[in-house]
Amino acid sequence: MSDDRSSNLIILFLIFVALINYPFLQIFDRQELWFGMPALYFYFFFIWLALIVVVGLIVRKKRKS
Amino acid sequence: MTLSLVIGCSLAYISLLFLIAWWVDKRAERGVSFVNNPYVYSLSLAVYCTAWTFFGSVGRATTGGLSFLGVYLGPTLLAPLWYMVLRKIILISKNQRITSIADFISSRYGKSTTLGVMVTLIAVLGIVPYISIQLKAVTFGINTLTHFKSGVIPPSPDFWLDAGFWVTVAMAVFTGFFGTRKLDPNERHEGLVAAVAFESIVKLITFSAVGLFVTYGIYNGFEDLFTRATFREDTARMLTFESSGITTFSWNVLIALSLFAIILLPRQFHISVVENTSPRHIPKAMWVFPLYLLLINIFVLPIALAGKMIFDSSIHPDTYVLSLPLEKGAAWLALAAFIGGFSAATSMIVVEATALSIMFSNHIVVPLLIRMRSIGRNNLVNGAARLLDIRRLSILLMLFLAYWYQKSVGNTYDLVSVGLISFTAAAQLAPVVIGGLYWKRATHQGAVAGLTVGFLIWAFCLPLPSMAQVGIISKSFVTDGLFGIAFLKPYALFGVTGMDPITHAAFWSLFFNTWMYAIVSVNTRPSMLSLTQADLFVNIHKYISGQEYDILKREAKIGDLKAVLNRFLGESRSLWLLHEYESLNKVVLDDQKTAQADLISFVETNLAGAIGAASARVVIDSVAKEEPISLDEVMRILEQTREAVQHSRIMETKNEELKTLTLQLTTANDQLKQLDRLKADFITTVTHELRTPVTSIKALSRIILDDYDRLDEERRTAYLQIIVNESDRISRLINQVLDIEKLRSEDNLRPMEPLELTEIIAAAVNGMQQLFAERNISCSFPHTGESWVVKGDHDKLVQVVVNLLSNALKFCDPVNGRIDIGLLQKGGSVLLSVRDNGPGIPHKAREIIFEQFTQLQSKEQGKPQGTGLGLFITKKIVEQHNGSIRVESEPGEGALFEVKLPLSEP
Repeated sequence: MSDDRSSNLIILFLIFVALINYPFLQIFDRQELWFGMPALYFYFFFIWLALIVVVGLIVRKKRKS
Repeated sequence: MTLSLVIGCSLAYISLLFLIAWWVDKRAERGVSFVNNPYVYSLSLAVYCTAWTFFGSVGRATTGGLSFLGVYLGPTLLAPLWYMVLRKIILISKNQRITSIADFISSRYGKSTTLGVMVTLIAVLGIVPYISIQLKAVTFGINTLTHFKSGVIPPSPDFWLDAGFWVTVAMAVFTGFFGTRKLDPNERHEGLVAAVAFESIVKLITFSAVGLFVTYGIYNGFEDLFTRATFREDTARMLTFESSGITTFSWNVLIALSLFAIILLPRQFHISVVENTSPRHIPKAMWVFPLYLLLINIFVLPIALAGKMIFDSSIHPDTYVLSLPLEKGAAWLALAAFIGGFSAATSMIVVEATALSIMFSNHIVVPLLIRMRSIGRNNLVNGAARLLDIRRLSILLMLFLAYWYQKSVGNTYDLVSVGLISFTAAAQLAPVVIGGLYWKRATHQGAVAGLTVGFLIWAFCLPLPSMAQVGIISKSFVTDGLFGIAFLKPYALFGVTGMDPITHAAFWSLFFNTWMYAIVSVNTRPSMLSLTQADLFVNIHKYISGQEYDILKREAKIGDLKAVLNRFLGESRSLWLLHEYESLNKVVLDDQKTAQADLISFVETNLAGAIGAASARVVIDSVAKEEPISLDEVMRILEQTREAVQHSRIMETKNEELKTLTLQLTTANDQLKQLDRLKADFITTVTHELRTPVTSIKALSRIILDDYDRLDEERRTAYLQIIVNESDRISRLINQVLDIEKLRSEDNLRPMEPLELTEIIAAAVNGMQQLFAERNISCSFPHTGESWVVKGDHDKLVQVVVNLLSNALKFCDPVNGRIDIGLLQKGGSVLLSVRDNGPGIPHKAREIIFEQFTQLQSKEQGKPQGTGLGLFITKKIVEQHNGSIRVESEPGEGALFEVKLPLSEP
């Protein structure tokens, strides 16, 4: 088990904690439509997807090495 | 839509689930595992999405806007940490054969029965509201499908006419069949997992179908729907946190609660840990499961907005998923959606009830039965059928508890509000689980205290007020506070207001729970078992490698070790060595970063060959860091030390024995040396003694032979006399040597006969009379006429006396020689004394005169006469007669030899 990978995952967790919290939420907490979606809705699903992709990449990197 | 159609479809669906489970179990029996697959594992984890997700989220979105997402963002947030946390829990659980969250907590804190019971009770009581919302969802699902727009049917007063009752019965039967078909020691149910995974697919597809129908069927895509929503005040409000009244604090509490729930809910623990087939599935599940959560949540907000815009407030938002297709004429889609919701509810109920029944039977019923001695530990296997019955009964019990809760309390609240009560209960386990995983100092007492406080606050702040609200218990404590104390109002503890009940209860319960746990833990001492378990849980990675540990736990980077080897052994040699290590241990070093202790030892050993052990140690120490030794290892070391001490004790004893033996051997050796020397002396003396007379015999014989005529008669006689004397001396010497040999060889005398000691003395004195006369020595033997009878050999005793007399004779004063013989009784013995008036015996010599060939020399007398064997023979004979001999003497005052012989019984 690599320390690097664990560290990366912990960093990801901490970043995500910050991202789904205030004040980040306040930036997007507005009555606007982005790409036809409410800003907050778009933001949540965007970072959610980003997290999934990054986690996928981190664990896939492990598979290859 | 008719009721029979709905029920028929539900039954058909359940049959399909049974078929899947049966098929998977069948394959599992043949050794082909269907669920040993990361995707099946990820999908089975989606048992997290229940009727709450399927129906409740939409309802939640209408009031709380996007806050419903918190329930799914929490688990997503935790997913990256699964690699560390979940993996650790799984490894521990597999190592300890843990079958439930209650088992896990009780094992961690010294296999505590108390904690097992507590966690089970918290889980059962805490999860009842959660189960009740599944029952409620299925019930209102059926009602919506059959009575849409025809007016809500009033709940029937008779329970057998109530749909909810029959749903509960059906669920109980279904769960009973599914979760308790067989008793598996590892509590693994492959068929169940497969069915749950399948249901997850059904949930996602049906919910997405409704979402697509609403977004693209009723509206023209997302943009159209959202744009319309912004035009209405009530729907626009749902689009931001600010307008839907979500505070930072409640948002974070919600995320924390759901983050804990994904691991701590009994069914999540069951699926993610107990049913886990391999920890290798975790990395994939870490992104597949969040992806599932994302997909199932995409259409929640659109459906909620659409429902709000279409129905206003005429229909309960929790039913929008069904009523929207019904309203727009897509009855088949509504039915499919119902099956989806039914899937969500059944999978939750089946897994949750199974997990709870395992806890209930293992931690409450079985310990009770064992305590009551109605089943012994040994015939538990025979009690398998009985155990399954107990589980079925507990499932029935829990479901009807949930039914009762739903009938009495649940109806007044929406799905998510009730579900969150259960989340808060499950979160009470978080401190003891997290602390148990990472904090070795945590104690059983701390866990009990924390859980007790947390559970009581939870009960006081959430379920009890909700029961009071519907009139089951008195409402006074809600409005006035407990015992009328305003500080203790369940919705405003300590007078704190402004939080919603869930946030409020979660904060206070977890706050006191955590601190009680920590403070009590720090101030109590864990038991020995608790300590070893703590080490096993916290440091599980050390235990599962299955290798022995070095006393020094060392860790080093493989790169560093290679560098060290290169420097001291050269590159080719070190490469060759590492290759050897790899093939020996069947490992690939490139896969590892840190070296195991055995590799470090290997390198050290090889280095020691090149630079010496001490230097190798220093070099290795410079690259390896030592880990603190854990308690368990200390115990192991102590064990080894104890053995070593035992060994060394044995060694000490052996050593002592050896020392004694060596001493004995040295003594024996000394004696032998002494004897050898004596023997040599003996021979020297004997030959010397023999040569002297032989020389004189030879010389005199020659003179007589050569000069026979010239020698006068007198001379010749004198010479012949000398020859005779010398011959006598030779024969005497030879006799004595033979005597000694005889004494040595015959330990047992001839049969002893009673002898009169005075007669023996007389015989000896008579035999020596001539000698005394020659030397002009007076020998006195005062004969008193008393009789002294001893047992012995006549000739030998005579020899004793003769020897003593001739000894005295030799040393007597040459002018006025005097020998006194005396007899004296002492106890049962007789003392025979022979005294002379010679020069006496020097102090030192007294100890050795009884040794063979001890010949005393004195300046006055020059060379002694005799053979040096007389006293030795005397002593031997006396000892053979069970007597003893001693000498008393002062220089110049003569010597007194005293023989002590036992008197014979008359």
